[in-house]
Amino acid sequence: MRQEIRLGGFGGQGIILAGYIVGKAAALYDGKEAILTQSYGPEARGGACSAEVVVDDKPIDYPMLTSPSVLVLMSQEARQKYGTEIEPSANVLIESDLVEEAPEEWPRIPATRLAEELGARISANIVMLGFMTGATRILSREAMEEAISTSVPARTVELNLRAFAVGYENGVQHSEVTA
Amino acid sequence: MSENEEDRHVLTGRHFMNGDTACAEGAMAAGCSFFGGYPITPSTEIAERLARRLPEVGGVYIQMEDELASIASVLGASWTGARSMTATSGPGFSLMQENIGLGAITETPCVIVNVQRGGPSTGLPTLVSQADMMQARWGSHGDYPAVAYCPASCQEMFELTVLAFNTADLLRTPVLVMADEAIGHMTERVVIPDKSAIEHVARKRPHASAMDGQLPYESDGSMVPPMPRAGRGYRIHVTGLTHDERGYPATDAATHDKLVRRLAGKLTHFAPEIIKVEEVQLEDAEVVLVAYGSTSRSARHALTMLREEGLPVGMLRLITAWPFPGDRIAQLAERGCQFVVPELNLGQMALEVERNAHQSITRLNHAGGITMSPEQIAEAVRETMSCAREKSWSMSIS
Repeated sequence: MRQEIRLGGFGGQGIILAGYIVGKAAALYDGKEAILTQSYGPEARGGACSAEVVVDDKPIDYPMLTSPSVLVLMSQEARQKYGTEIEPSANVLIESDLVEEAPEEWPRIPATRLAEELGARISANIVMLGFMTGATRILSREAMEEAISTSVPARTVELNLRAFAVGYENGVQHSEVTA
Repeated sequence: MSENEEDRHVLTGRHFMNGDTACAEGAMAAGCSFFGGYPITPSTEIAERLARRLPEVGGVYIQMEDELASIASVLGASWTGARSMTATSGPGFSLMQENIGLGAITETPCVIVNVQRGGPSTGLPTLVSQADMMQARWGSHGDYPAVAYCPASCQEMFELTVLAFNTADLLRTPVLVMADEAIGHMTERVVIPDKSAIEHVARKRPHASAMDGQLPYESDGSMVPPMPRAGRGYRIHVTGLTHDERGYPATDAATHDKLVRRLAGKLTHFAPEIIKVEEVQLEDAEVVLVAYGSTSRSARHALTMLREEGLPVGMLRLITAWPFPGDRIAQLAERGCQFVVPELNLGQMALEVERNAHQSITRLNHAGGITMSPEQIAEAVRETMSCAREKSWSMSIS
């Protein structure tokens, strides 16, 4: 089944890396097909930026998003830019400290705060990926961990896997609560 | 060279890789040892990757002062025996045209990658287009052979770059990889095979002893004379002027006609070997989509949708835009097929389809900036089928 994932935030949060990790997990470690596309416009620095990943069991022809089934929002600007026209069935996950206004029912996690508690604010994107993985189950935990381990600098692998675990546990809890 | 150094040419394995990066790795796998270029979006990642990768294997990366110098350096490197390349986009491709012709008349194998963006001029620096297709064929002045590959995936960015180097050496002429921004900037799985599985066409070299009696530009029947290396003992004149078989300028009508006919004739001679297409469900197709590059992905998606509706649609995907598979188009036209040609320009390859089909076709055009949506293509096919009218009509997308 074709799944369309959009990750949105601001330049510097590691949104593109997060998208790369999702695509790599799917295409190399989870036996699926995946394509990552990203915005290359001048707005890619500073303001809202996004990474878009299509995941499917079959080969993917059309690489662009038509209607995201999963939306991960890590800033208020991204929420305004990408979080307005969405299908009711879409799964929207937010960074609760950074997205200021959002419907109650959207699952949320203070990813940046949790990453800070682990000692590296910069891993907020990985906390968010853990949350997404646990909450949506589109990709396996193992594939995501493998993709993280082979994509981040070697000295930060352990930290990032811890960040992922924190997010993942929160995501699983959330999905169990709503199930 | 130790075995380890050898291994770094070919990154055998499965990767999740950007299209431009895959192109650079194709060059590495093909044994490219020289890149001269001037980085320009959306091709910059190719230069970036090779700036890091080439020095690892003793190769050379030079950032030149502009695109005129870039292509000139690539031609020079080729004469030393190197496999050489450059990568650019619209404005840079325009600047390279004159020396692409120099490469053609001096029969200098090399690879030029154009990751197409919206033009004319600086146009849309970061956004997709396919509007340089005719420039790829006729951009330099004079009659000359043009070979252009159109990758439609990151895997093909790798594979067709390898193939471009082989074709360049086979024909002794510059070969183009006409990618587009959507393919260059997307990231997909790329499988790089073992070094032993990568084909390598050796450049034809003169035999040391034979060179005394052999004229450097003498055709040996294959239309491609052997190419000596600069600095290896041969005294050879390399000139953009019309030259005789000795390589000396000879600017008379008879010599010119003979030389240009041989150069252009390479294309006809090797066409059956070079032309590559992918045929998708053509067996029972009444309407044929002719598409290439990123647009062919939208077309394939449309095709699946239309087949589900029970419509007999197929696709002829151009892997080589040049030489163009005109005979195949003619065969399909004779069978009664109609053609729909979606492309991100105002109708360039459509001209070739039309003149080979000898009939009106449906054009679906957008000047660029966005990939074509499958639904737009599907709608054009449905209309073509229901109207089935003879006159050419043009659709524009808002």
